[in-house]
Parts: sequence; C-alpha cells; structure tokens
Amino acid sequence: MLLITCPYCGPRAGAEFTFERPIESIVPLDATPEAATERLYTRDNIKGPSWELWRHAYGCRAWVKVLRDTGTHEVIEVGLA
Amino acid sequence: MKRYSALNLFRGGLEGHKSWPRAWRAPEPKPHYDVIIVGGGGHGLATAYYLAKVHGVKNVAVLERSWIGGGNIGRNTTIVRSNYRLPELQALLELSLKLWEGLSDELNYNLMFSQRGALFLGHSDSDMTRLAERGDSLRCNGIDAELMTREEVGKLIPALDLSPAARFPVYGGLIQRRGGTARHDAVAWGYARAADALGVDVIQNCEVTGLDIVGGKVVGVETTKGRIGADRVGLCATGGSTKLAAMADLKLPIECHNLQAFVSEPIKPMIDTVIMSQSIHCYISQSDKGEIVLGGDPDLYPTYAQRGMPLRIEEVAAQAIALVPALSRLRMLRSWAGTTDMSFDGSPIIGTTPVDELYLNAGWCYGGFKACPGSGWLYAHALAKGEAHPVAAPFSLDRFAAGALIDEAGVGPMPHHR
Repeated sequence: MLLITCPYCGPRAGAEFTFERPIESIVPLDATPEAATERLYTRDNIKGPSWELWRHAYGCRAWVKVLRDTGTHEVIEVGLA
Repeated sequence: MKRYSALNLFRGGLEGHKSWPRAWRAPEPKPHYDVIIVGGGGHGLATAYYLAKVHGVKNVAVLERSWIGGGNIGRNTTIVRSNYRLPELQALLELSLKLWEGLSDELNYNLMFSQRGALFLGHSDSDMTRLAERGDSLRCNGIDAELMTREEVGKLIPALDLSPAARFPVYGGLIQRRGGTARHDAVAWGYARAADALGVDVIQNCEVTGLDIVGGKVVGVETTKGRIGADRVGLCATGGSTKLAAMADLKLPIECHNLQAFVSEPIKPMIDTVIMSQSIHCYISQSDKGEIVLGGDPDLYPTYAQRGMPLRIEEVAAQAIALVPALSRLRMLRSWAGTTDMSFDGSPIIGTTPVDELYLNAGWCYGGFKACPGSGWLYAHALAKGEAHPVAAPFSLDRFAAGALIDEAGVGPMPHHR
C-alpha cells in the first residue's frame, strides 16, 4: 500500500487517494489541436520517477501532485496541485 | 520435430522416454533475418508461426528478453471469448476464436482448449438491456450469443447466490457457448515448438537494446547478443512497447498498468463455465487442476512493478464470494500480477509506424490472451505484405489523432477507468 503525505492531512494510506492522470497529460486551454492530441493520447510512460495528479478523494479532497517511482512505488515528493 | 501422439507416447514408454528431443532449439542469432519479432510472448510466437506457415517467410527470429512463457502469456486468467460489443472488435476476436478451434491439432500440442461457455451475469434491468443489446449485435454479425433467464443461469451454475437479497442479485445472463479457457503456457510452448519446426529461430535471453535506423528506415536491432540485421522489425512486447518505440523516437498512446490474478487451492469440479459480470469486474473460472481462478480490476495507477496492491485481493475475493458464497471456504493459494499496455481507447494497435519497415503490435490492455492466434495471424499479414489486413485496418496507430477511436467501454482517454 502506498503511503502518501497529504499537504493538509499528513501521512495517509494510499486507499484514501485516487489517481487522476500523469501531469504531462494535462491539456492547456490554449493548446493547438496537434499539441492537445499529443498531450491526450501519448505518454512518456517511463519506468521511474513520474509526476502525477492525485486527489485525496476519501479525505480532504485536495488535488495533490505526487512524484512517484513507477518501478518501485516509492513516493518521493508530494505538493499541492 | 517428433510428433506428439498416443503411439509415440507408447513407444517412448518402452524406452524410458529417453528419445524425446527438446521442444525447440536454442539457436545463436544469425547476422541477418528477413523479419525480426521483438518479444517472445503469445502474440510474438503466434506471429512467427503464421509468418512461416501462411506466408512462407521462414528466415525469422523471435527475440525474447527473458524466457518463453515468463511474461503475460503465463500471467492471465486464460479466458477465451469473442463476445464484444463493437463490430471492429467482434471481427478481430471472432477471427481469433475460429483459429482457437482446432489449434491443438494444428500445433500438435494439447492446449487444453475447453469451450465451456463464457457467461456475463446481469444484476439489474439495465444490465439485462445492455446484455440483450450486445447479444443482438453479436448475432447480427454471425457470432453466437444467447440471452439466459435467471432460472437458466441457476441451472447452469447452481453455486451462484440466486436469492433476491444477494449483494449482486442475478437477473439473467448472456452466454457465448463457444467461449471458454485454454492452458496459457501451453499456448506459448505450442507456438514456439511449431514455429521452430518451420525454421524460425526462437532466441531467449536476448534483450533488444537499440534499433538501428538509417535514413528513416530500420535495418536491424542492437541486442545483448550483438547486432542483428533485418529487412523488417516487428515490435510485440507488452510492457516494453514504450521503451522500444522510444528507441525510434516514437511516443505511443500507451500507459502501463498492473493486472492481478489469483488462484485458490484445487478442489473438485464445481464451476464448469466462465463467470463474468456486466456490472462488476470479477472473473471466476475453474482450471483443469481444480483451482478457482479469479481476476478483477487493474490497480488503477501506472506501474511497471508486476506486484499487485493488497487492496485488490480483498476486493476481488469479496466480489467472488458475493457471487458464489461457497468460495468463502477456500484458501487462496497464489496471487500474481502482469504489466498491461493500456491504450487510450481500450483497443489494440496493429500495423505500421512512421519509421519505414518498423511495425507495431501493442496496447492489448488486459484482453490479450484470447487474441493470441488472431493477433499473430493479422500481424504476420502486415509483416509479410507490408500493409494491414482488412480486419486489422481500423486498429492503426494514427486512429487517435484522426478521432477514429474504438472504445468498447466508452470511457475516453482514461486507461485507469477502463
């Protein structure tokens, strides 16, 4: 189980959080169609540290950004999104 | 290749089974092949077999990073069916199911393919409406589907909780009687042995570390066993697709997730069909050994760990027990996980890439096992002829930019919501 430190609530079980999407896939509102397509439909998908958007859905409901290693599941850094 | 038969088994018995050759050779790579397939899983081996068998392309190598049968081909829940909702997927999986029928004979390898029926349960009026809609769509396209009442389902699987107070009350179901299960590692071994007999080099412990691209065209691969030249290279390595494509500066519509599966201790036969559900993500079947095989949701965040989260074990067990209460008396024997290539519409990608002579077969999400023969058939066509088979044409890499998605579940570009 992941242990994610919510900036508001402190260390909480991963089950309280929901994964939303990798940060790289967020589409800026002024993106060109080509850039939006790339953001929506392609991924770096690396094995290693990756910035992701999560939500403390079953806690304070804050959106948080998490630097997580997709190979080891280590949570390296958490910040407010 | 020495054929497997009752007579040869009897003869072998007379001499202490000393004369059986190894099932496939362990060749060193040649300097050059007509076609190199990267990835020796079920899809890669099937592709090599059909390349040699159907298209006569026999100077083929399958490069496997670890060993044959060690990846997702040995990690799935072994379910085979073609009862999808969308016509593109129906055509693809029905081609595959037709190949499954008779495949044991063709490969001279007992795949223990058992057409015991694949049943989707409906737990509400709206579930039944959706199942009826899917059944109609299937029958319109010539694929068997049968809507069942609650009583018929109860007769087929007496172990189900059929009481109106059940957590997931059974309203009825949709069955594909030609669906079923197969012994998954036998599929890898059967294809490897048959491809090897046709001259294909199956090379294990040979990891591809680079693609040799000259002037926008692939001319070979760098491996842990040195450089190997090729006229054509086909990528076919779930979990490694992104890394391999990056060697050609391609960014794929793929996110890697984890899918877990579980087996109980072996017991006497109690479930002789595959149980699935329209509303909940839980698969139940019984292996020939007697183990109850369970599968459920993926782990819902990207990972390469091949190590599942404990939360999912509890969830799958709870759902399985709610459907079949008697399962609560069983002990879980093993749990494991595999890395799935989740695409952004839930459908696979088969065909060409922007790099000349480089082909891609990826993105099978968590439904790749049932497609092994069909995927191999279609990919072999692409690699032999240089263009997609009509059935594979909708599954091109450029469909995402074109907006021509094949989204069975209708969820949009959210792999973890699938």
